[in-house]
Amino acid sequence: MYRYDEFDHDFVQARVAEFSDQVKRRLAGEITEDQFRPLRLMNGVYLQLHAYMLRIAVPYGTLNSRQLRMLAHIARKYDKGYGHFTTRQNLQFHWPALADVPAILADLASVEMHCIQTSGNCIRNVTADHFAGAAADEVADPRPYAEILRQWSSVHPEFSYLPRKFKIAVTGAERDRAAIQAHDIGLHLKKNSAGELGFAVYVGGGLGRTPMVAKKIRDFLPEAELLSYCTAILRVYNLYGRRDNKFKARIKILVHETGVDEIVRQIEAEWRQLKDTELKLPEADIAAINAYFAPPALSARPEGDALVKQARLDSKSFSEWLGQNVVTHRHPDYAAVTISLKGIGEVPGDVTDSQMEAVADIAEKYAFDELRVSHEQNLILPHVARADLKAVYDALVEIGLATANSNLISDIISCPGLDYCSLATARSIPVAQEISRRFASLERQREIGELKLKISGCINACGHHHVGHIGILGVEKKGTELYQVTLGGSADENTSIGEIIGRGFSSEEITDAIEQIVDTYLGLRLNPDERFIDAYRRVGPAPFKEALYAGETKAA
Amino acid sequence: MKVLTANRLSDGIAVWYADGGWAETVGHADVAHDKAAEDRLEAIGAAAAANNEVLDVNVIDVTIVDGLVEPVRLREKIRAAGPTIHPDLGKQAGPQAARAA
Repeated sequence: MYRYDEFDHDFVQARVAEFSDQVKRRLAGEITEDQFRPLRLMNGVYLQLHAYMLRIAVPYGTLNSRQLRMLAHIARKYDKGYGHFTTRQNLQFHWPALADVPAILADLASVEMHCIQTSGNCIRNVTADHFAGAAADEVADPRPYAEILRQWSSVHPEFSYLPRKFKIAVTGAERDRAAIQAHDIGLHLKKNSAGELGFAVYVGGGLGRTPMVAKKIRDFLPEAELLSYCTAILRVYNLYGRRDNKFKARIKILVHETGVDEIVRQIEAEWRQLKDTELKLPEADIAAINAYFAPPALSARPEGDALVKQARLDSKSFSEWLGQNVVTHRHPDYAAVTISLKGIGEVPGDVTDSQMEAVADIAEKYAFDELRVSHEQNLILPHVARADLKAVYDALVEIGLATANSNLISDIISCPGLDYCSLATARSIPVAQEISRRFASLERQREIGELKLKISGCINACGHHHVGHIGILGVEKKGTELYQVTLGGSADENTSIGEIIGRGFSSEEITDAIEQIVDTYLGLRLNPDERFIDAYRRVGPAPFKEALYAGETKAA
Repeated sequence: MKVLTANRLSDGIAVWYADGGWAETVGHADVAHDKAAEDRLEAIGAAAAANNEVLDVNVIDVTIVDGLVEPVRLREKIRAAGPTIHPDLGKQAGPQAARAA
C-alpha cells in the first residue's frame, strides 16, 4: 500500500504543528469560535450533541495493522473505547476533548494518518471499491488513481473553498461496489478496445435533500488525463456552482440547472486549455504510484480446497459464513473476506478498541497486513488464503465479528443519527438495531436474499437511504420521530433513487412496516433468485402500497 | 420555561447554566419563566461564548418533572442524557448533578 514519502511526512507534521497551535490559541481564548470553526473543520473536528467528534481519513478505505492498532490506542486513551466506521470509508470518534486533539493528531501522524479534508467545502476523502486489488472482476486496481487524486486535491489552493463539499469515488470493475453514480465525480476504470486504461466519467450524482444519479459525460478518458479532466470539472463547478444557497450548491444542482449538454461543453472547453499542460500524468508517475499498490506475493496454496471442503462438513456455521461473507479472489487459492460490523442488534459500523486490535492481529497473521473499510461500514480482509479461512473465521468468532450477514437485510448502513449528530432530526441506530433483531435468524435472512437496507436520521442522507433497496429516512414531525420509507433505490452499476412509498411510520410501527414489505416481496417474487430490487423493478410500488396502506384506505 | 445550554470549549461536553456557573447536568439549571428572564439567560450565554468558556449557546424549552428540569424536545433530552443506544455513556452513566467549572 501507499507509503508516505518525505514530502507527505513533512506536510502532515507541519499541519499537526499548525493545528496544535490553533487549538492552543483557541483554548487560551485568543481566537473566537467564528474564527476557529473553519480551522477545526479543515482538520476533521466537529461539534456534535454530546462532545466534539473527530473524523479520521482512511484514504480509499485502505488500512494496515499498525494503523488499526493506533486507532484502537486512540479509542482507549482519548475516547470511550470504540470508533465508528462511516460511509466515506473513514473512522469517527464521538467523544474526544479538544484539548486532546493535538496529541491524537500526533499519534495518527506517526502511522501516516491524518484528518485533513474530512470536512469543509473541499475535495473529501476519495473512496474506492473495497475489494480493489483483490476482486476477480477487476480490470485494474483503482487505488493508485485514488491516490493520485488524493495528492492532487490535498490543500489544492484553487479547490479548498468550493461552493460546497466535493466527493469522488473510483471503481475498477464493471460491478460497481463504490456507488460511483452517487458521487460528485464517479470514475469507472476500464480498458478501451486497444487495451489502454482510462475512465468512464460520471458527474453530478449525490444524495442529500435533492438526490440525483450522476450523468455519464465521457465514455473513455485516457488515464493520463485524469487530473486535467478533473481540474476542468472542478473549475467549471468552482466558477458557476451556486454560492447563494447552501442547499443548491453541490455540482449536481449545477449539472441539473445547466443541462448536461451545456455542462459537458463547458467542461470540454476548459479541458482543451488544460490537457497539454503539466496536468497530463507522465507514464513514469503513474507507474511509480502503481508500484506502491503492487499486490502482495500470493504464493500457491492449493491445499485450501481440501481444507475448506472438510471444514464445511465439520461446521455448519463456518459453511454459512463462507457462503455469505467470503468472495472470489483473482487468485484461485485466495479469497476476500468481509468482517461484518453488523452483529445482530449491534450498532452498524461500531467497533471496540479490543476488536480493532484483534482484527489487526488477524490481518497481520493471515492477510498480508492489509485491511479495507467498506462504504457499507464493514471491514475487509482483501487477501486471505483459502487454506486459512477457517482459522480466520475461528478468530473472528472469538471477538464476536463472524456474523454471516454480508449483503443481507441486517447488513444495514446507518448514520449516527440523533443519538450523536447535531444535524439529525431522528434516531437511526435504534431503528437499525430493532430491524436487525426482528430478522435475527440468518436462515430467514438468507431466504430473503440480497437486500440493501439503509437508514438516515435526516435529509442530509449520510446513511444513503435514497439508494437502499429499502431506504428509511427519519424526520421530526410534531415533536416525534417519523420514518419515511423509500423503495427501489440502488447504488450499483444500475443506480436508482428510491421512491417514497407513502405516509411515514412512527418508531413503534417502522419495523412492522419493513417486515410487511419483506413479506410482500417474498409472496410475489418469481423465484428465490429474483432479488428484492429486481422484483420491485418488475412490479413497481403498487403491491407494497397495498400491503402497507390498504386497510387505511378502506377505513377512510 | 427555558434554560440556557451550550457545549464546554475544552472538551465539548454539554452543559447547562445553573447557579452562576455551568453544570454538567440539566436537572438544576436556572429556569427562565418569562421573557425578561429569558433575555437575561441569552445575555449570559452570549457573554460566556464571547469569553470563550462555551460554544453553540442555545436557550431551550423545558418542563419541571418531580422538581427537576427536563428538556422538551427529543434532541435536547438526548443531549441531557447521552446516546439512547449507550446507557453506559454520557450523563445517564455518571453521578448526578456533577458541577462543571
